[in-house]
Amino acid sequence: MGIQIVKHGLLSKIINLVKDKKILAAEGTLLAILIFLATFLSFASQFFLTVENITNLVRHTSIVGVVAIGMTFVIISGGIDLSVGSVLGFSGMAAAILMRDGHNIYLAIIAGVLAGTIVGVINGFIIHKGKVPPFIATMGSMIVVRGVIMLISDARMVSGLPREFTNFSQLSLFGVPNLFIVWLIIMFLANFLAKRSLFGRNIHAIGSNVEASRLSGIKIQDNVIKVYAFCAFMASVAGIMMTSRLANGVPTGGDGFELDAIAAAVIGGASLSGAEGTVLGTVLGAFIMAMLRNGGTLMGINPFLLQIAIGTIVVAAVLIDKQKKSKR
Amino acid sequence: MERTVIVRMEKISKLFPGVKALDNVDFSINAGEVHALVGENGAGKSTLIKVLMGALTKDSGAIYLDGHKIDITNPSQAKLYGLGAVYQDVMLAQHLSVGENFFLGKLPMTAYKMINWKVVYQEASKILENLNIKIDPKKLVKDLTVAQQEMVVIAKTLHENARIVIFDEPTALLANDETEELFKIIQKLKEKGVGIIYISHRLEEIFKISDRVTVLKDGKLVNTLNTSQTDENSLISMMVGRSARDMYSIGHTSKKAEIVLEIRKLTKKGIFENISFKLHKGEILGMFGLVGSGRTDIVRCIFGADIFDSGEICINGERAFIKSPLDAISKGIGLLPEDRKKQGLCLNLSVETNINLALYPEITAAGIINAVKERETAESFRKKIDIRTPSVSQKTQNLSGGNQQKVVMAKWLSKKSKIFIFDEPTVGVDVGAKAEIYKLFEKLTRDGNSIIMISSYLPEIMGVADRAIVISEGKQTGMLLREEYIGMTNKDEEKFLRLASGLKVS
Repeated sequence: MGIQIVKHGLLSKIINLVKDKKILAAEGTLLAILIFLATFLSFASQFFLTVENITNLVRHTSIVGVVAIGMTFVIISGGIDLSVGSVLGFSGMAAAILMRDGHNIYLAIIAGVLAGTIVGVINGFIIHKGKVPPFIATMGSMIVVRGVIMLISDARMVSGLPREFTNFSQLSLFGVPNLFIVWLIIMFLANFLAKRSLFGRNIHAIGSNVEASRLSGIKIQDNVIKVYAFCAFMASVAGIMMTSRLANGVPTGGDGFELDAIAAAVIGGASLSGAEGTVLGTVLGAFIMAMLRNGGTLMGINPFLLQIAIGTIVVAAVLIDKQKKSKR
Repeated sequence: MERTVIVRMEKISKLFPGVKALDNVDFSINAGEVHALVGENGAGKSTLIKVLMGALTKDSGAIYLDGHKIDITNPSQAKLYGLGAVYQDVMLAQHLSVGENFFLGKLPMTAYKMINWKVVYQEASKILENLNIKIDPKKLVKDLTVAQQEMVVIAKTLHENARIVIFDEPTALLANDETEELFKIIQKLKEKGVGIIYISHRLEEIFKISDRVTVLKDGKLVNTLNTSQTDENSLISMMVGRSARDMYSIGHTSKKAEIVLEIRKLTKKGIFENISFKLHKGEILGMFGLVGSGRTDIVRCIFGADIFDSGEICINGERAFIKSPLDAISKGIGLLPEDRKKQGLCLNLSVETNINLALYPEITAAGIINAVKERETAESFRKKIDIRTPSVSQKTQNLSGGNQQKVVMAKWLSKKSKIFIFDEPTVGVDVGAKAEIYKLFEKLTRDGNSIIMISSYLPEIMGVADRAIVISEGKQTGMLLREEYIGMTNKDEEKFLRLASGLKVS
């Protein structure tokens, strides 16, 4: 399954580079970078191309990747959501506590996801109704929600989770890790949602020009609330995935994920001024980020140097993108 | 005081793509005089000022300062030569104090390299007193009224040793008594030997304060005369007097059709009041008024983009309660906003998306857009109204002004709107596309739609509209029938201009 996408992407990349340089060229470039990175790392480190490393890499990337997809939608609408890391932790922790207390696994998952999603609804409401800039509103909820996590967990790990639940993230289907399958399904649905649904079109329009959208009859409030709810929903799903993977409810879970998610989206071509960004781009962006981290560690690069490199790459990606655009 | 020439502009020409914005214009300004500059929108007034201020470079001609030829290539150079401008929108740092604004970029320092606030405010007080302006220099600019802010700009300009001060529509945002206050200060400037260029649509002001007046029309100099030797009527006929062109000859549908839209006593406090009119099926109703007269606010309220305070809107004989654009759209109204880039289009999205923007809910089932219908709609309008683009997936920002305007039109056509509100439909649109847009008006009305067209360009109103309302300072000052201006004579233009400036029709 995964391989097919890669092939398809490669083909369309070649076709598009010849035919129309604008549409998928960005994704094509990303894919080329990704392939280059993977090839390079395969030669540079004997540990890179091992089943264990790749599954691990894919598992971790899947969790951040789900968060990044939600983030992409918010960025397309012209906003930003800094609360995703906390929301992820909140949903994961809430589900963990419920499971520990002996509640039904599915019920616990649904309750956890719901709890996280509500944070998104509140975010959207404050941003639209209260006209609070998204950066401030979601930074506030990031802090508040992290506090709530500490409160409900006493800042301690929650363990003793059911086997069926923790096993899910460790298992694979035909060699493909379950977590990656979840991400794949989300990718397809989200891609469809962004490209073909009314909601997707509306957030593009709002991100491009709020006033023109309003004057065209688009309900701004509904869509703003929906997009933040969607983003929080994605983060909450990732929270469940994370709790399963760590086999514990971790109070600091998801800390700093918002930056990785934003970085993935931005490397993938999303523009913080709105209306630009694709699910595929973000997915590739997430892989590039993860591979840099993983590869750097495997090659024994000084972690601080690695951090410097990754930060530089994020800014460079945007810089190159801007340069290309101003040339048009 | 002796009247010496400060600046003389000789045979200035400026070419824009397709238009000669200035054509061999001579203009001069003496010390201690107020020289008024008048003309219709697009006559070349602001181009002339921009050339003088270095914001635009002239294509030919020469500028002399004190008899010496000078070259002004950028605004800071103009400042060095002693040329200052007071624009309609005040240019001050809003969050800084009045005194600080006087010294922006050159604040006096103490020996310890700290800002010497004492000197700042002492000097500032002196500057203000000098002009009899009673404003505390410690106040923040944002806490002042618009009029006070304007005074501050004037004082600042003088502080920068300006020998010529340009006032571009300075009274547009001022109340009557504030205008008086401004005139007193202009008088003071005159006494100090400053040369003043005064641009205003309000002719009565020109007769009140100017010594000479220069009339521009279509980029050409009509005449420069002493204000005392002319009157409003001759000024107006000098400003207009252009023959109508074939462009406006469109077919008009027969009258006496049913009323589709009726506005009764629509009022938004402080913006417009008691606006009442009827719009018939197949009619083009013109709305003429100067920029800032409230005409855009009126239509925005009708469309639900803004909220009005009182009054009624009836559509097809039924009272309509319009609280949001969505309400208006569902009642069959479509608005082409004044600023299509800021309000009409999602520029970095495709032509296709923009055309379908209002239509999407109709072609969506279970949240999913019908991509086939979306493409069909876009393609059909691309052909129907000839939107020139290599493909409908092209980003809208890559289209020309005229084609962008067509995209906005297609949005409402696809939505099958019945009442179209066009706010300045042909601003920034070239002549060819203009004619096409008028042809489209003809087709729209023939198909039984109705149009409200706002314009500050008189030939457009007289050439295209079946009836025309004139708005002046938020009030409805007149309603003219097509028969009254069908000849498009100077007299007819005069009538409109008088009504729009709040004067009585003679």
